[in-house]
Amino acid sequence: MSFIYIQPIKTDHSPWIEELEKSVYAVFGYHTKVANLDIDLENAFDKARQQYNSSSILLQIISRPPVDAEKVLGVVNVDLFIPVLTFVFGEAQLRGIGSVIALHRLNNKFYGLAEDGELLTERLVKEAIHELGHNFGLIHCNNQSCVMKSSTYVEEVDQKSVEMCSRCQELLRGLCSD
Amino acid sequence: MKPSDIKILIVDDEASIRDALSQWFELDGYTVSSAEDANAALLKLQQGPWDIVMLDIKMPGVDGLELQRRIKKIDKNIITIMITAFASVETSIQALKEGAFDYIVKPVDPDDMSHLIRNAVEQRRLMHENNQLRQHIDDISFSDEIIGESPEIKKVLEKVFEVSQTDATVIIKGENGSGKELIARAIHSQSNRKYFPIITINCGAYSDGLLESELFGHEKGAFPGALYRRQGRLEMADKGTIFLDEIGQISEKMQADILRVLDTRQFSRLGGDKKIDVNFRIICSTTHDLERAVQEGSFREDLYYRLNVVTIFIPPLRERTLDIPALARSFIKKYSQSMNKNVLDISQKTLDMLVEYNWPGNIRELRNVIERAMVVARGNLIELDDLSFFFPVVESDARETTLPSLDEVEKIHIQKVLELTNGNIAQAASILKVSRLTMYNKIEKYQLKKSKNDMPH
Repeated sequence: MSFIYIQPIKTDHSPWIEELEKSVYAVFGYHTKVANLDIDLENAFDKARQQYNSSSILLQIISRPPVDAEKVLGVVNVDLFIPVLTFVFGEAQLRGIGSVIALHRLNNKFYGLAEDGELLTERLVKEAIHELGHNFGLIHCNNQSCVMKSSTYVEEVDQKSVEMCSRCQELLRGLCSD
Repeated sequence: MKPSDIKILIVDDEASIRDALSQWFELDGYTVSSAEDANAALLKLQQGPWDIVMLDIKMPGVDGLELQRRIKKIDKNIITIMITAFASVETSIQALKEGAFDYIVKPVDPDDMSHLIRNAVEQRRLMHENNQLRQHIDDISFSDEIIGESPEIKKVLEKVFEVSQTDATVIIKGENGSGKELIARAIHSQSNRKYFPIITINCGAYSDGLLESELFGHEKGAFPGALYRRQGRLEMADKGTIFLDEIGQISEKMQADILRVLDTRQFSRLGGDKKIDVNFRIICSTTHDLERAVQEGSFREDLYYRLNVVTIFIPPLRERTLDIPALARSFIKKYSQSMNKNVLDISQKTLDMLVEYNWPGNIRELRNVIERAMVVARGNLIELDDLSFFFPVVESDARETTLPSLDEVEKIHIQKVLELTNGNIAQAASILKVSRLTMYNKIEKYQLKKSKNDMPH
């Protein structure tokens, strides 16, 4: 039996882990486990940009995954970037094992607004399902309410739902049965 | 186009940039590949078609600007997007001048990147669609619609081809129904203007004021009822062809107006001051004897010489009877499809009758006859009986003694219809399915106007 591993990286997972586990099971049909991998966050820090290189964190996540891991999702609370872009909400390997998401820009605090724990959890769950969807082989969807719709700013994350559209669900079923 | 149909090549000497961009675009479903320098990129470009190339301006060896020049030599339609670490206005402007679609300064906002790539993909999709439509236009050859193997029609087609390669003004002369508009369209569709419209205006169908408004358009409020600004046909024909049907019927004022537009290639909409520049080719047609009209002073000599650069004369159908069987069969094919009837051919006896007839209404008349015969036809062959409406007095027991000529048959029939309509030409023309002009010609030809009192109105 394999699991989807959640790897909180230097962040308290207690406020959102239960909600995430429920959604992951509902969408992908996999039970989850919390991983305890040795991830060196400082190794990914870029002094010039004062941000963390998400690809570097992802490399550490996938270097030694648990043997029973179907997928491993890292969750950080730092600002992530990839070299060509100013920031990313997360990064995933298409049809791969690993992905990483960041709470930093999903938090209202980043935009100078009052913190909203429930909203933050909802955004995190959406991004987690989105990146795991890529891990299972799904690409971006044009359906505005589908969780696989690409989001380049936080309002777009709020616009989409936590669920996949029927087309993506069907594609996922096909990809999982391959 | 599916996202996976779009092929993106990323050229950057930094592996981290190549990987990040590749991964980013793969998640959108695009087909992505990368190259670390210009040589590797050129190799990949030779191997297959690419839609979008994103390339770093600063690279060791051949830089991004030089690579872009080489890419455009391979395929000028490839969309190039430059990547630069520092916003160098000079280099970026140079890249844009040399055909780059856009440029990005690293690091770029994800939203800007998404928009940029969506726009580039849309541009590529439109190019693709444009190419397909052009191909489609190339495939439609109007000359295919011109049926006939007779030396007369072959001569016309040769002239059509010759004249279509130039921008010369053409006058097409021919009787009513001989296919003047078809010839005009054939010239346009083989010319360099084929991707732009051919606009037809029947000069004989409009009064002077209306024709002016149709040709030049009007501004809002130019005359009572001009509620909106309206583009004229000349404006619509910009970069294309304007076909002035029945040019011989325009008034002296319109002749002067048209002559002025021909000379200056400029005009104003009615009620407006703004000069509008237009680039069109003129093809006109006439059933009238324009030379005679010039001699009589009803058609301006200067306009006549301005228009009469090339003349194409379409022979009447009675002078190319060789083409009648092929024409009849092409109409049978056409109508059997549109009427969903299984009529496959025409009997030899019927064909002989059609060939003997003098076809004053030309191909249009033949088409109408076949159409009506198709409606009545019961079997899969058009028989003489199916044309009883057309040859009514041909009765088998009268053949030996009183066999009338086709002209006589036509004369009697027209007379009968005119009597039926109390001399109303418009009604008679409608019943006979010919134009009013044809009716006038027939009346004149068969001397049906005996006195003023008998004159049909």
